[in-house]
Order: sequence, then structure tokens, then C-alpha cells
Amino acid sequence: MPTLSENTSRSPLSQRIQPMGIPGLEVIDQLVTVTIDGKEVTVPAGTTILEVAQQIGVRIPTLCYHEDLCIAGVCRICVVEVDGQRTLQTACSYPVTTPITVRTHTRKVRQARRHILDLMLSKHYGECYACARNNNCELQTLAKEYGVDHFRFGHPEKPRFNIDRSSHSLVRDMDKCILCRRCVRTCIDLQEVGVLEVDQRSDRSKVITFGDKPLGEVVCINCGQCINRCPTGALRANDPTDEVWAAIDDPAKHVVIQTAPSPRAGIGECFGLEPGRPLTFEMNTALRECGFDKVFDTNFTADLTIIEEGTELLLRLHKALVEKKPVALPQFTSCSPGWVKYLEHFYPQYIPNLSSAKSPQQMFGAVIKTYYARINNIDPKDIVTVALMPCSAKKFECNRPEMCDSGWKDVDYGLTTRELAQMISLVCGIKVENLFEHADIIPARGFEGIRFLELPIKKVGPVPELLKGLFDDWNWLEGAVLKVAIAHGTANAKRVMEDIKAGGRCSECHFIEFMACPGGCLGGGGQPVPTSPAIREARAKAIYAEDSAYEIRKSHENPAITELYTKFLTEGPCSHLSHKLLHTGYTPRGKYIV
Amino acid sequence: MKPENNFIMLFFHKKALGMKPEEIIRLVAESGLKGRGGAGFPTDIKWKLAAAVKDDLKYVVCNADEGEPGTFKDRVILTDFADLMFDGMTIGARAIGACKGIVYLRGEYTYLRGFLKGKLSERRKNGLLGSNILGTEGFNFDIEIRMGAGAYVCGEETALIESLEGQRGEPRNRPPFPVNTGFLGHPTIVNNVETFTWVPCIVSKGAKWFNDIGTEKSTGLKLFSVSGDCGKHGVFEFPMGITLRELLEKVDGTGAKAVQAGGASGRCIPASEFDRTIAFEDVPTGGSIIVIGQGRDMLKVAENFMEFFVDESCGQCTPCREGNAKLLEGIELLQKGRCSMKYLRELCSLGETMQLASKCGLGQSSPNAFLSIVRNFKDEIMGRTEKTL
Repeated sequence: MPTLSENTSRSPLSQRIQPMGIPGLEVIDQLVTVTIDGKEVTVPAGTTILEVAQQIGVRIPTLCYHEDLCIAGVCRICVVEVDGQRTLQTACSYPVTTPITVRTHTRKVRQARRHILDLMLSKHYGECYACARNNNCELQTLAKEYGVDHFRFGHPEKPRFNIDRSSHSLVRDMDKCILCRRCVRTCIDLQEVGVLEVDQRSDRSKVITFGDKPLGEVVCINCGQCINRCPTGALRANDPTDEVWAAIDDPAKHVVIQTAPSPRAGIGECFGLEPGRPLTFEMNTALRECGFDKVFDTNFTADLTIIEEGTELLLRLHKALVEKKPVALPQFTSCSPGWVKYLEHFYPQYIPNLSSAKSPQQMFGAVIKTYYARINNIDPKDIVTVALMPCSAKKFECNRPEMCDSGWKDVDYGLTTRELAQMISLVCGIKVENLFEHADIIPARGFEGIRFLELPIKKVGPVPELLKGLFDDWNWLEGAVLKVAIAHGTANAKRVMEDIKAGGRCSECHFIEFMACPGGCLGGGGQPVPTSPAIREARAKAIYAEDSAYEIRKSHENPAITELYTKFLTEGPCSHLSHKLLHTGYTPRGKYIV
Repeated sequence: MKPENNFIMLFFHKKALGMKPEEIIRLVAESGLKGRGGAGFPTDIKWKLAAAVKDDLKYVVCNADEGEPGTFKDRVILTDFADLMFDGMTIGARAIGACKGIVYLRGEYTYLRGFLKGKLSERRKNGLLGSNILGTEGFNFDIEIRMGAGAYVCGEETALIESLEGQRGEPRNRPPFPVNTGFLGHPTIVNNVETFTWVPCIVSKGAKWFNDIGTEKSTGLKLFSVSGDCGKHGVFEFPMGITLRELLEKVDGTGAKAVQAGGASGRCIPASEFDRTIAFEDVPTGGSIIVIGQGRDMLKVAENFMEFFVDESCGQCTPCREGNAKLLEGIELLQKGRCSMKYLRELCSLGETMQLASKCGLGQSSPNAFLSIVRNFKDEIMGRTEKTL
């Protein structure tokens, strides 16, 4: 049984244990002197040449290297000359264990890098202007840096592959792929889902799904982490902005957007701002400027989800602790659609554990097309709901066939942070932070790993008015110890699920929060590119700062929530109407391919 | 094995196993034995590095993935001298402190698998494999046969290890080297079939015997697989340092236009340079000698080799994956007389980049044939028209 901390990734050992931990070679804690371009620096043995260069401000270009991923050393763009070595060495993979002298821009190095770029461009089909990653493309940046002014080894005139648009969330354009394999490593190692793999050898090699099936038909969970790590435009989100603009331009349509907290912390990066500068109010105003009729905060339905999901947990706990009946525990959260699809594929037997409460996005859609439509006297057929999410899987979620409980498609379109930035730049150019005044809005969290919490319940009460009808007597909760776990990142989710299967610590929990993406929503597949631990950290700081300034700390104290349960969902949480609108069911998918 | 042979073998094994691991390594060092797969890395250094690593699990891997075009000498060893090779592996295991051996057998040699397995069970019966081998307290070693699946790149030692681990056969980043982090993360020595085979010969005849043959830097005898436009094809044993002229005389190949030494990844030596010697410091080879007669079209020769590499590159690193295809396209242009001098220079410069920046030996050596043919046969390959095809 794998322990919770064990790395179960499929990457070769040699790639994972770098740069440290070579058995028998006790290099740890030793210092070595490295000379890079004449600059001498002393570093702990095992540091890679690239890390040393970064420390002393020497620029070495990279493509297949990514901070979040294991070392591949395949693109070869980071080659440098190491004195005494016959061949050039890749800076990303070369751990320094003895004193060495490194040169980063000799003739050989410059020539090799230029050739490598020329070779990549000889297979890279498409025009930069007509690419989602124009001006934010690592290949384009390097081509500029190395003075590419013509295609030395040619340039493809026609595409070799069909663009895969089968997925609601992702678009794959393999003609732009440079085979850096970051997506493969993201899928196999970081997320441990394993949808992408390299097929064939030589110049026939290609990143494929199982059996080269369309992405929409395989076990892809739509987390979009591969998009965040693709250096080119080979992977992008399925972009519905044209449809959203069409709805805005249609006078008969009432277009409502809900905004999740995480995009506010990230959107500034799309306008060249440092990560960690929240643009909550600016973004809100910009949305009105775009022409959305109403701008809402998804935090409202996040509170609603908490009430519904919390009630569900109370009912499950009551059944287990008081009625002593079999019930599926721990209860799993269901607000991360990537995680939900992961469970449906890989652990379908645990579907009863998933909270039936919809995600905040879907609850919002259902409430807008019912309650909001009624009180504003708008025909729900004329309402278009758009969800701004940091997430690519949300696009899939809103297209699930069962998500039509309002009688209409609850959420019509899912927009990512990047796509909204594109819409805003049409409206106000690229100086968004100066243009708009502050409006009003509120904040989420994110981390990477697995955490546990034990909450002993010493005293029960006061019970919120909203929940009073749930039980006559609440004393059964007294003395109970609520065990909670959190797992962010699908690889961690996998570890927790394996632990539950094996009857480990996680199986004793009552409640587990799962998030498909490392760093939670802040690191979502719809967030700006690039991503790194430092960028996610900065986004988290921004959002925590906002959160701490917020006065209402409990969901049931949110006046909008109280109003909804008084005027609309009058039978309370987990009642008949709430079940109809705010809860859902899941599909055991298994690992079989359609 | 006849009884008297058995006695001699037993005597020899006792001799080998009576030596301390460091004595074995010193003996191999004195012999000057270098990797017979073609790279010529000193065997003793490899063994010494692996021996120095503290680990309860170490591996001895025999690279029997004989895939270099024009090489078939290992097949002869596997067929006729398999016991010598197993002896060498056992001695290697003793030297580095390994308890497991693996023969990575070329997919195309599957027909030898049963035969080799039979040899291994015979050795187990005779106490040459298993626990406390020949009464040597604490020396436990056994060998298993694992099959390759036909990829040329799996002859590269780290790709071979990846393949053994069940991954795609793709070379790893080095460092770390297999002697530190090899099969399943444990110290591993990977040596060629022939390298292992020479070890018991050195143990029984002495390091001096081996060292006296050959040149200063390339000692001993070497097996050659000779093919192509010559009178005698087959596997030959010659001393290292033999000149190409001498070799061609022995195989009735005098009058050749060129010799491709070292297989597809080797170099093409023109007749004007036949006085060069086969040695790691001059013309290195893993044993493949392809004699190219006067009637051959050198562009066809180059095309043949490049087609091979375009097919066999693992596709992992950019220079090799895309570069080989570009070189092959260049040859096609040359055949049509449509390759400008400027573009040919660009391709040669690309070839240099491939030699310098590719991840493994495959990409680093794949342009060799192209570059040496362009350098030595420029007059022949330039100025063609489509009619001459």
C-alpha cells in the first residue's frame, strides 16, 4: 500500500531524484564552486547549472524545463559548454558535483540553440497572429531572442493534423506542438491522471491520448493543467467568447455573469502586472463596461453550497452516529469538476461518497434562471448565464446534460480568466488597472498537498435558524470529533483515495475536500500562463488579504442566503426544491473508452 | 562440457573467485580493456565506480542488443561462447558486489533465448550461479534473460535500462550515470557481450598477454563483423591497431572505394586513408566493417544510413528527431542536384550541432556517415541532375 507521502508518479527514477540523492555519492551538504561566464559562485553540490545561473542572473533559455515538473532534458535549448566535456550539456539536467567551468554563449552554444529553434520552427505550423498564445509564447520569444528572421530548414505550408475540438474544455492543435512533453509530464507526474503519452519514434513521434482517441472520449478530467504548462499554442481552452459577445450584442438577451474569486487574483498577469495584484473591483467594473447586464459574485452560491453540503453532511453523520445505519462516509466535496470527473473515471465505486450538492457555479445558474428570473420578471429563456472561472473543467461541467434543472441550461458558457482578459482588452486596451473604479466584491484559498484536521465538538449551538428544523435534538453531536482532510492536486487525490481503499487514515475521515488542481482554484487550468509555485503563492496572498478584510465570516449569516431561503427555498436546505435545483447525480464512467 | 574441460573451468573459476574484488578490477585495469560496444569506455573505471557505491542491490547487465547495422559478432559469442560471457558477467558481479545479472537480448535473437536459458540452468546445476558460488562464502549471483523489442536505441545503456524497467526505451539524462543510478535506481554496470567475454580470457591468460597486443591506448584483440564488397564475409578476430589496409587484405577487400567502420553510426573512411588504424584513438568501431566497392554510389550509401536513423531516433530530443530527417531531405536534394553549396554547408553545420547537442550517442553519432561522405566524396555527390538518377 502506498503511503500518503509516497511519490507514485510514472516518471523514470533518474528524472525524479535529481538533482540530489545519488545513492552512495554523499554529495549532500558539500559545497562546490561553479564558474559561469567568468562569474564564480559556491553552491550546494547537486544544484543544477540552470539553478546556479538563475541565482546569479545569467539567462539560459529553457523550453522543456518547468519548475513544477520533473526534468526531461529533451528540447536541448538550454545547452551550455562545460569545460572538459566533449559534448554540450543541458543546464536543466546537469547537477554540479565537482567544481566546473561553464560557458553559456559560445559560438557552439549559440549555433546549437539557433539550429534547435530552426528545427522546431520547421515543424511548427501556423501564423503567430492567429494564435491564442501570440505575445505569450515561449517559442516566439526565443525566436526573437535568437534573431530568427527566416526559416533555415523550411516552414510547413499545410497542417499535418486535425485540430481536436472534441472536448468541451480543451482544444489540441498538434501542429503547434514542439514535443517538449510538458503536457505529458503534467498529466502523468503532476496530476497522475495519465491521459497523454508519446507515441511512435523519431519525427513521427506525437503526443497522443489512449489509442489516439479524441480528447473528449478519453479519461481526461479537463483540469487544464497542461494548458498552463504548454509553451506554445498547442493546447488551449475551448473559447466561447464569440458566443458570449453575440449574447451581449443581442438586445433581447439579459446576460448575467458570475465571477469566481480566483480570477480576480490572476487576471492582472494577463495585463503585464506582477502576480499577486488583485483586480477585484477593476475587473468588476470592466465587466459592466463589456456589456454584461449583471455582475455577481460566485461567493454567494459558495455560501449556498456550504449550507446545502453542510446539511447533507449533518444528515449523513446523524444516520451514522445516531441511527447507526450504513451511510457513505467520508463525504467528498463536489465543487471541483475536474475532481468529480476523475472520481467518476477512476473510483466510480465511491460515487455515493460525493456530495450531491452542485458546485457553486451550477447552483448560481439554477438560481438565476428560477428565482432571479421570477423576482426580476424576466423570461428565463432570455437569460444567458456566463461563469467566469479560473478553471477549464467548468466548461465541461456546465455542458453536462443533467445540468438543466431550471428547465434551461443552468450555465450557458464558462469563461476562463484568460478569455475574460481577452474580452476586457477589446474594451479598454491593456491598461486595465488605471481605467476603472472600484466596485464591490469578495474572496478562496489554495495550497498543494494533503492536510488533516480534527475538530472536537465540545458544545453544540447556537444552531442557526436555517438549520433548526433539521433535528429536534442536536445533542448527539456533542463530544463527537469531526475528522476532516483536504487534498489539492489530483495526484494527492489519488493518494487519499488509495488510502481510503486500503482502510488507512483517510477512511476514518468524515469529510474530505478535493481539488483537482495543485494550488486549488488559484492554480486552475483557466488561469493565466505561465504558472509556477511562486506565482500561485503570490495569487494566494492577494486573495487571503481580501478574505481577511471581509466582515461576514459564516455562510448562514450572509443576508442574501437568508433571503433566498425565506423567499424561495422556503422548505430549507436539502428540501424537495433545493434537491431539484441545487443537487445533482453523477455518472460512473470507469476507464472504458467510448 | 566434457569432464576434463569441467576440471579446467573449475580451476579457472576458483582462480577468478579467489581474487578480491579490487584485485579483479586492478587486473582489468592492467589489461587496458575498453568497452567493446564501440564507445571504448575503460571497463575498469566503470566497474570501480559501481564498486565504490554502497548499495545492497547492484546489477550487472549484459548488452546483447546487437543492433548496429553490419554487426553480428555478438551473435557468434552468444551461440558458441556463451559460457565465457556468463563467466565474465559473474566475475564482474564479484568485482562490483552485484547479486543480479540480466542479459538484455536483442528481439531478433529470440531464437537464442531457450539455448541461453539452458546454459544458465546448467551453470546453476554446476554451482556457477546461485548462492555461495563454488563455495565462495557470501557470493550470490544469478542471471536472467530479458528480451528487447527491436529498437536500435535500446542499445544505448540508459535506454536499455529504461526498457528493462518497462518504460519507453529512451535515453536518460547523464549524469547521474548507471554506475550510480541504474536499473531501478541501483548501481548498474552495462557492458557489451564481447567486453564480458574477454574478461575470463584476461583472468586466465593474464593482463600482460592482453596488454601486449594492440596499441598503447587500445589493447587486446577484437572481433570484427565484416560485410560488403569483399571476398570473405564473417566474424574475424584481429588485434586492435590493425590498419584498414591490412584488414582489407585479410578479407579480400583490397581495391575498395571506402570502408564504413563502426556501422551506421561510424565513419566512412575513403581509400586514401586506408593506412589509418582501427583503435579508439583513431578509427573507433564496435566491430562493424562494411566494405564499399568501387561500383557503389556514395549518396546511396549515405541515404541508406540516414534512412536508418530517421527510423530509429527515439524522437525525444530535438536535434536528433528533426535533424536526421533534415539530413535525409538534404540527400534527396543532392540526388536531384537541387542542394546549393550554401544549404549543404548549413546541413553540415546542423550535423555538428547534432553531434554536440543530442541527448545520447545515437544522435551524437548519426550525422557521422553523412558528414564524412560529404567531406570525402564531395566531387561524387555534387552536381547531379535528375537524369543521372
